[in-house]
Amino acid sequence: MNMKTSQNLLARLLALALLGAAVPAARAADDTLGSPEGPVVLPPDLAALPIEHAILVAPPHVPPPITRTTPAHVIVNLEVREVVKKLADGVQYTFWTFGGDVPGRFIRVREGDLVEFHLNNHPSSKLPHNIDLHAVTGPGGGAASAFTAPGHSSQFTFTALQPGLFVYHCATAPVPMHVGNGMYGLILVQPKDGMPTVDEECYVMQGEFYTTGRYGEEGLQSFDMGKALDERPPYVVFNGSVGSLVGDRALRAKVGETVRIYFGVGGPNLVSSFHIIGEILDRVYPEGALGSVEEHVQTTLVPAGGATMVEFEVKVPGTYVLVDHSLTRAFNKGALGMLKVSGPPNRAIYSGKEIDAVYLGSQADEGSAAAERETELKGKIEAEMQSNTAITGLTKEVQIEKGKQVYMGLCFACHQPDGRGLPNVFPPLAGSDFLQADHERAIRIVLKGLSGPVVVNGKAINSLMPPQEAVLTDNQIADVLTYVLNSFGNSGDPVTPDKVKAVRNEMR
Amino acid sequence: MVTIPPGQYVPFTKTARGAQAVPVGAFLLDEFPVTNADFLLFVRANPQWRRSQVSGLFADATYLSNWANDLEPGRLAPADSPVVHVSWFAARAYARWVGGRLPTMAEWERAASAGYRCSDGRNDPELNRDLFAWFAQPAPEVLPSVASAKANFYGVRGLHCLVWEWVEDFNSVIDPAGDAGPGGNLYCAAGASDVKDTGDYATFMRMALRSSLKANNTTGSLGFRCARDTGTAPGGKAPEGNLATEKSR
Repeated sequence: MNMKTSQNLLARLLALALLGAAVPAARAADDTLGSPEGPVVLPPDLAALPIEHAILVAPPHVPPPITRTTPAHVIVNLEVREVVKKLADGVQYTFWTFGGDVPGRFIRVREGDLVEFHLNNHPSSKLPHNIDLHAVTGPGGGAASAFTAPGHSSQFTFTALQPGLFVYHCATAPVPMHVGNGMYGLILVQPKDGMPTVDEECYVMQGEFYTTGRYGEEGLQSFDMGKALDERPPYVVFNGSVGSLVGDRALRAKVGETVRIYFGVGGPNLVSSFHIIGEILDRVYPEGALGSVEEHVQTTLVPAGGATMVEFEVKVPGTYVLVDHSLTRAFNKGALGMLKVSGPPNRAIYSGKEIDAVYLGSQADEGSAAAERETELKGKIEAEMQSNTAITGLTKEVQIEKGKQVYMGLCFACHQPDGRGLPNVFPPLAGSDFLQADHERAIRIVLKGLSGPVVVNGKAINSLMPPQEAVLTDNQIADVLTYVLNSFGNSGDPVTPDKVKAVRNEMR
Repeated sequence: MVTIPPGQYVPFTKTARGAQAVPVGAFLLDEFPVTNADFLLFVRANPQWRRSQVSGLFADATYLSNWANDLEPGRLAPADSPVVHVSWFAARAYARWVGGRLPTMAEWERAASAGYRCSDGRNDPELNRDLFAWFAQPAPEVLPSVASAKANFYGVRGLHCLVWEWVEDFNSVIDPAGDAGPGGNLYCAAGASDVKDTGDYATFMRMALRSSLKANNTTGSLGFRCARDTGTAPGGKAPEGNLATEKSR
């Protein structure tokens, strides 16, 4: 407790005493003046805690992790402001905010910390506001203690007893309007034992807005009580506006990094089916309960007034879209954000589009117009495959992976899964001098087949291999040869589709 | 002033006996909220209510803070705009000086319950639209003229959509210290449990604002107007009457 606070308190007590005695008409005023109880008298161990000022940051950023291993007396100063900001292009809205943005400032403390909370209601506010932190153990989560008139400041203190990711929100009547105008945020109480380190942390909250105008209607929009009561919001958005996490403002990460998103739902009414398109969540801490982990999650349900923490390693570059998988909200109401991942591709995990072909349906009758069209299209597909840089840019590793699939579907029956063949019947590929001596010959054999005696690793074999030119594409032949030349102990250069094509043309 | 005919006020919060209508007798109410020009006459005549001289017990540090100085409202407080940054004590003193009083909450709410064209404004879509449009505007640095306010069914202007207004018993509704008290608090969902019409957001906001205030507080969007009992002549101690009364003629 500082000197100024104690002076204020004294002034208030004095005012109370004087009013009670001298101004009987102001009797009713006593009750409101008498409410502050004064700063809490702390036991010596708590009074001795080191004092820290919480670093509060605006979304989508998150304050740095707390590295200390002992409790502290953390002072939080949060300012309430009523501000006009963009809700969508051409659409303005008067947001009621904790710190000037929606969601409010991210607060980070540690389990066991003593939190001295100051709620400052800006003088330009029209309304009183307060705060209910779900991290608080006590009536109202601080609501009554933090109830603050415009141009005033309130103080209360709580101990962060339980770890977790918690929502905070304004709890002044009419609460749905205060929350519906953007008065919510997240407070993280780090567990005593710390948290796993990650490479990127970000902060996203979903909330819906009940505007008088329909979605996209331009101008300053008012809160529509009828729509709120019916729970029919024109807007469902992440971080307070349509497009808040899109384009230049997208979240960012690099391939190989682990990303953690603190995701909360302010509501006031709707729950979220939070989903990241193209990403499986490695770990989800449902409902912000940091003691329990779900793994390999696709979509996680986040309640209104609830939060969740998700973690995942980004392995493939590209844009990942965050949505509420209640999809008209994402598609028509704004609940859409982006995570842009940069870095080298990994086509074995995800190839990108390999082929775009016309599909006519199966089993066209021979000689029919449809069959002729199909033949013509096959030619076009082949040409496309040859010129498609996505395919010609294949890496050896990807070819091996894909070639294995061809091998295991077609070749293994004779040459055997381990490439050793069958003695005196089918020649081995593993360690085969015949195979490795001449790659062009190998291509010819796959295309046209082989009959008659050959000598492989000093042993003569007289067998029959059927031609595959009508069965396998140039790419598949290149892949399967690259596979056999780099498997079973073999090691060699990749075979390119161009090379196969060249050999095929020579043999026509 | 405008005569408000006798009628009823149904309290916003239920009592132990349920929501019971309270009779409200006829009374007179200023057509306009008190303006800066009106209040300037008051502080000229009553030096103890000037900004530099007022007691901190009766008005906090932001009292008349939008005025240029003690006797000059200045650029941010035009003569015909409602006076704001006034405490409940100051509003009461003004009302007594002009020979009136502050309206009770029942009186104020009864007068304000009218729509533009009917005595029951609850379902007046035009009023509701104006109300929420007002909430959607942050408090302007310079308030508009009181003459810009629309008249309601009784002919009273600016009860809504201009400034909040003090009432005599402003803090009788709810107890802001009621962390755990039975009823009597408007926080969270509990706020809805004692209320007769949970869809009446505008009234919720007035009640919440009133309950957040202490009698010496002032804010930039809170003013007042005066009432009188019927049969009492306007005029009071103000030598040349008050401007709000002038405007109503």
